[in-house]
Amino acid sequence: MGTLVEDLIEWGGGVLGEEHMETLMSCVQCGKCTGGCPSGRITALRTRKLFKMAQENMVEEIFNAPELWYCTTCYTCYERCPKGVKCTDIIRTIRNLAAKAGHMSVPHRKIGVYALKTGHGVPIGPDQMKIRESIGLDEMAPTTQKYKEQLEQFQTICKETGFDALIDFDWDKMNLKE
Amino acid sequence: MSEETKEYAYFLGCITPNRYPGIEVATKKVFKEFGIETKEMEGASCCPAPGVFGSFDMYTWLPIAARNLAIAEEMGLEIYVTCNGCYGSLQEADHLLKEHPKLKEKTNEILGKFGREYKGTTEVHHSIVIMHDDIGLDRLKEKVTKPMKDVNVAIHYGCHFLKPSEVRGHGSSETPYILEDIVKAIGAKDVDYKDKLMCCGAGGGVRTADTPTALEWTRQKLVSMIEEGADCVIHPCAFCHLQLDRGQYEMNEAFGTSFDLPVLYVLQLVALAMGFSEKELALDQQTTKMPEKLLK
Ligand code: SF4
Ligand code: SF4
Repeated sequence: MGTLVEDLIEWGGGVLGEEHMETLMSCVQCGKCTGGCPSGRITALRTRKLFKMAQENMVEEIFNAPELWYCTTCYTCYERCPKGVKCTDIIRTIRNLAAKAGHMSVPHRKIGVYALKTGHGVPIGPDQMKIRESIGLDEMAPTTQKYKEQLEQFQTICKETGFDALIDFDWDKMNLKE
Repeated sequence: MSEETKEYAYFLGCITPNRYPGIEVATKKVFKEFGIETKEMEGASCCPAPGVFGSFDMYTWLPIAARNLAIAEEMGLEIYVTCNGCYGSLQEADHLLKEHPKLKEKTNEILGKFGREYKGTTEVHHSIVIMHDDIGLDRLKEKVTKPMKDVNVAIHYGCHFLKPSEVRGHGSSETPYILEDIVKAIGAKDVDYKDKLMCCGAGGGVRTADTPTALEWTRQKLVSMIEEGADCVIHPCAFCHLQLDRGQYEMNEAFGTSFDLPVLYVLQLVALAMGFSEKELALDQQTTKMPEKLLK
């Protein structure tokens, strides 16, 4: 393990490209990202501060900061940064590392449970089946929640990548452990 | 585009088929009128949500998205979507996999476990771009039988349709025009309002982890629409639909407010203007109710 910046470049770089992640070092603390951030209006999220903390390797403080999870990934900051810092993707990558270090809320882990059980973050319920039928659709769309063998492909991906372990999923209970 | 039939694979995602199937029906019906046929993607899953699964583990996010893309490739079709989250996820994954051959190789190692492969032979389109660019505004105007005269429409773009603009390619995210053009083509008026380009507040797992905060965000946005005399709000995103429609019920419960601003997926409003009924589009089965003005 290196510094937070090194870890971010390595982890995010593997998917988004290293150059993308290295833009974090171009942040000059101008605050334009924070000025346009809709979350900052009503939450403690301050993107400028977050990037400073990342540059200064304040790992524990960032991973434990509740505001890390108050970004909606709206990409306003990303679009407006005059230095080309890929703000939103850096935030997503910090979250990946925080999740790996065990900082993932129960509601977020539960979305993972829905996904592992049905292949959908938001599965269907009986009321919606009725609505579908009333407008001439099949009661269920032909997705992973309808076909077991297709769902198994989705589950295979999650086992291969360790997503099941990330959320602490119990395959016997088909729910979170504990 | 010529008048001949064109076929697409419809990537449904989660919220459209599982919460607001009226969006699915409206899109299929409108497209059919213009000679666009829709094929179902058997076995597709969650896109998966870019701000949610992308925030948890991008190494899981990518192969799940690639598997969905591979299904459309097997069908030999390009994809259309009715949710910005699906658009963001699938288009970004497709972009990354086409740019980085090594990433594609690694992803295919996983997909190969069950005999699938991402090749890079499909494209991901948003349904509103098909409406605007391929069908075109002139052909749309010809099909409008019930122009939305005197209807003030608040346009909500959501996030991942426009941004990041370097990948989406729909012009500047500060001066969008696609929904404005469609609203004008069906005879309605788009009203400018203070928070027009602000997101709905639900994305990135915020709604999941802290619903009241997400609702406060949406409340501020709705207030600024209502202040400008909006009769309804339209959007291009099933997830925004959930937050804007169901969210009004939730905020009335939580904050004692009495919001009732009608919420429509843009092609639902187009469908009404083309003469389809409220009932056919399931607009009578959601939280917010449609006023006479939109139905006559
Ligand atoms: S806008 Fe860019 S340079 Fe300015 S503080 Fe934000 S990330 Fe740093
Ligand atoms: S992407 Fe996140 S941090 Fe950036 S402006 Fe939007 S909510 Fe704020």
